[in-house]
Amino acid sequence: MTMNEPTSPIALMTAALASGKVRVVDLTQTLEPGGPTIVMPPELGQSWPVRIEPISRYDDSGPAWYWNNISFGEHTGTHLDAPIHWITGRYLPHNSVDTMPTSLMVAPACVIDCSAESATDADFLVTVDFVEKWEAQHGRIPPGSWVLLRTDWSLKRGAAYANLDDTGAHTPGPDAELMRWLVEERDVLGVGTETIGTDAGQGGHLDPPYPAHHYLHGAGKYGLQCLAKLDALPAKGALIIAAPLKIREGSGSPLRVIALVED
Amino acid sequence: MIVQRQRPPRKNPLQRTAAPLQPPARRSRAAQGLTRAAAQGQFALHTCQACQAVSYPPRDACPKCLSENLIVAPVPNGGTILSVTTIQISGEPYFRRLVPARQALIALDCGPTIVAEVRPDCAAGIRVRASLQLDKAGQPVIYARPEHGDANSDSDPHWRELVADPLHRRCLITDGRNPVALPLAKALLAAGAAKVVVGISERWKPFAEAAKLEALGSVELVDLDLADDQSVSALASDYGAKTDILLHTALHLRPGSVFSGAELLKARDAMEVSYFGALRLAHHFGPVMRSRGADRDNSAAAWVNLLSIFAHLSWPGFAAYSATQAASLSFSQALRAEMRGSGVRVLDVFTGPMEIDWLEHLPPPKVQPSAVANEIVAALKGGEEERWVGDVAKDFRERFTANPKEIERDLWQQ
Amino acid sequence: MPLSRNGNRQPYNDIYAVAPVSLTYQRYSTQPAQWWIGAALRGLVAASGIPHTAYDGLSLASFTLGPDPAIAMTQHFGMTTRWIDSMAMGGASGIASIRRAARALEAGDVDIVACIAADTNYTDTFRQLLAGFSRFSQDAVYPHGAGGANASFAHLTNAYMDRFGVTREDFGRICVAQRQNALRNPRAIMKKPMSLDDYLGARPIVDPLGLFDCVMPVAGAEAFLLMRGETMRTHGLTGARLLSSIERHNAFPDDPVQYRGGWALDVDELYGMAGVSPDDVDVVQTYDDYPVIVMMQFEDLGFCPKGESARFVSDNDLTIDGSFPHNTTGGQLSAGQAGAAGGHLGIVETIRQVTGSAGTTQVEGARLGLASGFGMINYDRGLASGAVLFGGEGI
Repeated sequence: MTMNEPTSPIALMTAALASGKVRVVDLTQTLEPGGPTIVMPPELGQSWPVRIEPISRYDDSGPAWYWNNISFGEHTGTHLDAPIHWITGRYLPHNSVDTMPTSLMVAPACVIDCSAESATDADFLVTVDFVEKWEAQHGRIPPGSWVLLRTDWSLKRGAAYANLDDTGAHTPGPDAELMRWLVEERDVLGVGTETIGTDAGQGGHLDPPYPAHHYLHGAGKYGLQCLAKLDALPAKGALIIAAPLKIREGSGSPLRVIALVED
Repeated sequence: MIVQRQRPPRKNPLQRTAAPLQPPARRSRAAQGLTRAAAQGQFALHTCQACQAVSYPPRDACPKCLSENLIVAPVPNGGTILSVTTIQISGEPYFRRLVPARQALIALDCGPTIVAEVRPDCAAGIRVRASLQLDKAGQPVIYARPEHGDANSDSDPHWRELVADPLHRRCLITDGRNPVALPLAKALLAAGAAKVVVGISERWKPFAEAAKLEALGSVELVDLDLADDQSVSALASDYGAKTDILLHTALHLRPGSVFSGAELLKARDAMEVSYFGALRLAHHFGPVMRSRGADRDNSAAAWVNLLSIFAHLSWPGFAAYSATQAASLSFSQALRAEMRGSGVRVLDVFTGPMEIDWLEHLPPPKVQPSAVANEIVAALKGGEEERWVGDVAKDFRERFTANPKEIERDLWQQ
Repeated sequence: MPLSRNGNRQPYNDIYAVAPVSLTYQRYSTQPAQWWIGAALRGLVAASGIPHTAYDGLSLASFTLGPDPAIAMTQHFGMTTRWIDSMAMGGASGIASIRRAARALEAGDVDIVACIAADTNYTDTFRQLLAGFSRFSQDAVYPHGAGGANASFAHLTNAYMDRFGVTREDFGRICVAQRQNALRNPRAIMKKPMSLDDYLGARPIVDPLGLFDCVMPVAGAEAFLLMRGETMRTHGLTGARLLSSIERHNAFPDDPVQYRGGWALDVDELYGMAGVSPDDVDVVQTYDDYPVIVMMQFEDLGFCPKGESARFVSDNDLTIDGSFPHNTTGGQLSAGQAGAAGGHLGIVETIRQVTGSAGTTQVEGARLGLASGFGMINYDRGLASGAVLFGGEGI
């Protein structure tokens, strides 16, 4: 070791980033109008999709500058769900995005590849058995990890992505027992998906309904959805940086999710 | 057999687009009494309530009995031509572009002698039917055609100036998810529209009518989210200069009370598509339509706002919806003022409750979407500015005009 | 003195028109109506030798004086008057101004009335005048093709032709004769000879009217002084004596299309009051904005029966030296229509004719002259009609 070689973890990380040994992968979808959002029956309250209205664009409303007003629901685009989002988490401490401990905003990820199954079955439900097979290959899911379900769903667009028919959305997700198991047996930080929700499209028909929301938020855990490019992550070893906007009592927030990946 | 006018040839890109010109627009206040009749497609003249004499031109007292109680009321529109002439030379730029113009002196069966523009096949001595129309300045004029024979006046370029016939025109329906959209596209195509472009929001959501619309032929489904400025802008960049008739059909109807916390969100969502949607359309489509008001035979011709009668009076149980309709009516008036001088007609179509799922709790009579569609096309072909569709709407118009407080109280009982 | 038919009207008592003034017309003028009034006043002073400050009455007709009313002219031109009239009856304004001024002179309300008609014609004046001519016209006529007076008279002409079997050739004879007269009038706008073929082949304007059926709007002024005989003689002047007059508005309102004017109601009074008959008239100036109106006047003023004008114009030579000298200046059709002055043109010429001062257009030996006026197509017909008889020396 010479005097010039870095020794501190941050210095080591800086050097690794500079040399390309650690790459930064963007797991975020572009926040844009027209993207699918969660659908509720029309008589219920509706989340706003992304809107971008120009304030000025080097024009009579502002000759030398360009800026927009933007609006969207908290659960729009690539976003984080905080425990307060669900009724099961409503009385927990620090349950909103503004009180989320910053230490949790950087965490390791376990990526469970169920893309092949999702490709043939849009309603594919990931089970405990499926994840135990993953553990057999990659080791036990460490506590405090993000469990990311790679379905390659983010490669779809528009109607194929929402995949709605007369019986609702058809997208893969975890089954109820897996969610209980991940929370109670593995103490994960949260679950991330490439689909519109952490739950399967038909998750409302499971018991309990919307088990991902039910168990995660009831235990103070988090959800990440509408992630992209999970195929670029290793099964284990990636470090996720996911820091939501500091919205007062926010139930969730669009955010830029990046992963640090070793080559 | 009616021989339909051929579709005009494609535009010569080297030729200047004719700028809209205005016919003489000055009118007295009394003459504006005829404007409402013309706007609603009625033939109505000043009728003395004391002696029943019909007078024209518009007066401020009856020339027979001097009563000041003159009401513009529907009168029989038949008459006999006393003289017809062809104006070859006019000092007005608008008419210089249009001459020759046929003008007749007509003795109406209901009394007065009128001056009218007439169809070229009118001759002295023949029987005619007169109609009140709005000209390109939005002011009332009278047009007459022979009582017998071809009911279609489309071959007369002067008639075409007075109406917004969909024939050979390109139409844009802004909200394809409105149940009116499918029958409207059908009706427009049946009237000879060259093309109907139908905007569909959030195309990632299932849209059962898509196949039926596409099966009509000459229909193109396009992305259009009225709540998204970028979406409206993107569509306008492709279709702005090719939209001759814009039909704003935004429908966002949710029950709600002003006491409910949910009302704010509903109101905003409804305003986003109806009123703000109209503003976005105006911003991106309005200027180019205005500039194309005299662009050959298939010029920009009309902007239709599909509105509810509850634009005039809030509907108990539908507070937010009624507010959007009132705002949209105000928009329509503003648009009409902006379009003045362009020749683009702004048509308000007022309907009562339609036969749609949101309103299944209401007893009949309700308006079928297909009836709305057919009446929109009829109003365009007649050059109207205002049409009330269905029995409920007509009942509302009459009672609201007579005593708005009566109908307000009556709505409370429903 | 003979009285009127019904015996109720007082005869005119020693009223004279003197100092006939006609300004040379211009197709377009850069000067406003006020300038033309000023020029007319200078003409009156030159013709009468009476300074304008001595005119204590003013009777004014103009379409283009706005925003000024007639009274503004007193200050504009330094006049102090005790009597003012403003005539808004188009081509009947001249007749009406004589009728009102004459009675005021007889009563001693005024001593010298300057009767002036003046209008300018800027390049867009005529269109603006048509567009806002009257409320009925603006509401119910002009927006239907903007044909202006041409279209209204086209209907009258159509209906008249149908009713009486009149042809364009018949109208043409009037126009051709007037053009011949105009060639002898140095002030006439139209200076080219015109044949019947020229007339028939002219550019169509509003069917059946062609270019030479329509008057040309010009800028110009016509003026004369009206005074009692004693005043005239004090100033050493001569003039035309007013013998009789008629005036009528909105006559025969139930005729579906106008084929006669108010003259038909009052013609007996016109001749009766003067104690003459149509045959006695030496020279006639009709109001000729369109030839169909000329024909109506021939009939309604008693020169031929109703509907027989076509034969009348083919049986007569309407030129200055002809069997029926008519519109000896060329009339408005060939001299031009100077707005409201169109109705004064024939009056001023009649004053000249019966006083033997018409010069190149003088009808030999003319002593009894008739001038007629017609005006205001308010909607579908001319509302105003009127006529006067002037006598020269010995009448």
